[in-house]
Amino acid sequence: MADSQQSQRPDNSKIVKRLLLTVAGMFAFGFALVPLYDVFCEVTGFNGRTKNEAVAATHQTVDKSRTVNVQFITRNAKGIPWKFEPSVKQVQVHPGEVRVVNFLAGNPTSGDMVAQAIPSVAPAEASLYLNKVECFCFNQQPLKAGDNTEMPMQFYLDPEIPDHITTLTLSYTLYDMTANATAETLAQLQTTE
Amino acid sequence: MSTVVDDIHHEEHHDHKPSGITRWLFTTNHKDIGSLYLWFSLIMFFIGGAMAMVIRAELFQPGLQLVEPNFFNQMTTVHGLIMVFGAVMPAFTGLANWMIPMMIGAPDMALPRMNNWSFWILPFGFAILLSSLFLEGGGPNFGWTFYAPLSTTYSNDSTALFVFSMHILGISSIMGAINVIVTIMNMRAPGMNYMKMPLFVWTWLITAFLLIAVMPVLAGAVTMVLTDKYFGTSFFDAAGGGDPVMFQHIFWFFGHPEVYIMILPSFGIISAIIPAFTRKQLFGYASMVYATASIAILSFLVWAHHMFTTGMPVFAELFFMYCTMLIAVPTGVKVFNWVATMWRGAMTFETPMLFALAFVILFTIGGFSGLMLAITPVDFQYHDTYFVVAHFHYVLVTGAVFSIMAAAYYWLPKWTGHMYDETLAKLHFWTSLISVNVLFFPMHFAGLAGMPRRIPDYSIQFADVNQITSIGGFAFGLSQLIFLWLCIKCVRGGEKAAAKPWEGAEGLEWTVPSPAPYHTFEKPPKVE
Ligand code: HEM
Ligand SMILES: [Cu+2]
Repeated sequence: MADSQQSQRPDNSKIVKRLLLTVAGMFAFGFALVPLYDVFCEVTGFNGRTKNEAVAATHQTVDKSRTVNVQFITRNAKGIPWKFEPSVKQVQVHPGEVRVVNFLAGNPTSGDMVAQAIPSVAPAEASLYLNKVECFCFNQQPLKAGDNTEMPMQFYLDPEIPDHITTLTLSYTLYDMTANATAETLAQLQTTE
Repeated sequence: MSTVVDDIHHEEHHDHKPSGITRWLFTTNHKDIGSLYLWFSLIMFFIGGAMAMVIRAELFQPGLQLVEPNFFNQMTTVHGLIMVFGAVMPAFTGLANWMIPMMIGAPDMALPRMNNWSFWILPFGFAILLSSLFLEGGGPNFGWTFYAPLSTTYSNDSTALFVFSMHILGISSIMGAINVIVTIMNMRAPGMNYMKMPLFVWTWLITAFLLIAVMPVLAGAVTMVLTDKYFGTSFFDAAGGGDPVMFQHIFWFFGHPEVYIMILPSFGIISAIIPAFTRKQLFGYASMVYATASIAILSFLVWAHHMFTTGMPVFAELFFMYCTMLIAVPTGVKVFNWVATMWRGAMTFETPMLFALAFVILFTIGGFSGLMLAITPVDFQYHDTYFVVAHFHYVLVTGAVFSIMAAAYYWLPKWTGHMYDETLAKLHFWTSLISVNVLFFPMHFAGLAGMPRRIPDYSIQFADVNQITSIGGFAFGLSQLIFLWLCIKCVRGGEKAAAKPWEGAEGLEWTVPSPAPYHTFEKPPKVE
């Protein structure tokens, strides 16, 4: 019988070390999914987020042969009683054509507040073709107690937008950021005194 | 696989063990730890079961009768968490502890002291989870899937306890999995090469790798929930640049392999029992191994079938739909092999076999409803309805739990040295079989008709179906008391069991006496 089993048994600690490394690696992988997801979504438009920066309108072409229906939706997140709505519910645009839509915001409370609008596009695929030349959503929005404001959003659709997209919906959710306001935004609240 | 053991009597004389409570606290013996896991899991099964009874009592009639909606939500949440992490997973780990060393001819698990730790942190993890129910405002109420923002923005402060307990359960499972892998890789008796290992050992090896791969991701997900809630991060908060849908991706990246963690060891159990009571070799051993491995690999490619309604692009919907359907192929291979094993076999119907047969049929029904759910366009209707509840209870209760019952009946004589009471066992089987179908089958219809899951009230047209379901639920709950009584009775006494009480059983575990001595295979057996 194999009495020598003890001596020929391979080293446990080697396997244990490898397995522990795998565990640590998978824990890290869980967190790595966060930036991976962001990159993936940026490339594919998977989650309908629009680009978070201005895109210059440098193209020449306007595709007059097509029109796309662009709808606007606004929503307030929990805990922010602001008035927040688009000046028009929808516009018809030709791909390539630059348009401006105003959004109205009002702070009905008795305190100064800071808010931020987060955009999302449905169908998600369309988010790749929605370019914003200017948007209030790039920055935090301060409003003094009782103030109202008009916030412009200037955009165009990339002429490459696929034919099957005939309607797209741009939705903004407004979040209360008073507690997390940047120094810059707070300074704005002071100066408009 | 034929085995010869030189001298089993050799092993009986050093059968000494410490006594009293310290034996159990400090034990590093794989059989003791296996028993601890199995008893723990049975207790959790009854605690989780009691919560299910609360749920079914509330749902017996439309309207709110017994409990507050918030408490109802805590019941569905904690029922799910307890059954998954407290009942099914520890039961499999207990079976692994008891059986794997004996099946591969090893004297113990490879890392016995870690083994003690991985069990003993479990009761603390669950004590924390259960105690959160008694806090002001109650325990977790966001479902076992703890989707953000329910678990972040909208949860109460018991979430910290929930996260902490999940960390503990995760660490326990990871340690258990490491132990299983090292044991199987390093402790096999000479001649026990990989393709001679019993399928229970194979399926557990693959399960252990799945655990190592996904439990850390779960730990990451609960950690992100914790920091989002308490430390101002925005992993899942759109206001801060995060995305709540990403939570679902991370969770189901863990969650789908997790459901296979809860079924692969069952496949191993059934593959041991059916040949034993058919008195034939298992049909297609190698294809069983490959099927298990391919299920495990595919399980990483299907997670988003839980998220068809989150607004994914069509390409992603189709990709996940086809991958999900692909899993049915290796699963079908397994079912085919079990049936082929029975074909022209000399079958007898002792209780382990009855549970195994019920498993094959009812698990397959669960697989079929899974296939229906995998069809993206129809999932838009079925998602978050009782149809999903019916699906996963068929695969988990009549699948995983039935296989655990089958395993218990099959190996109880080996564990206790006594035959269980066959009359009680048959009673347990038939009452369970009938009531479980009365309980879960009507849920398919409720779901197809649109009844949403996780809601304490429902509209009046679902009243009849829920009444039937609840009656089935109470009957199933009561039937399990028979099992408890039977186990206690079997531990205390009964007809003496032979070393190999089942005529057709095969494997090294049957070459040692019953009850299995405290130390077995200190000298490795020879495997031919
Ligand atoms: C042929 C095999 C299977 C297929 C095609 C399948 C498919 C699916 C699909 C598509 C869903 C999502 C339904 C929805 O939420 O709308 C689902 C849910 C679920 N499945 Fe399966 N499944 C299979 C086998 C299993 C097995 C073996 C288990 C566990 C042992 C399992 C456990 C679950 C659970 C727990 C859920 C619900 C999770 C939740 O939302 O709480 N499934 N299944
Ligand atoms: Cu799944």
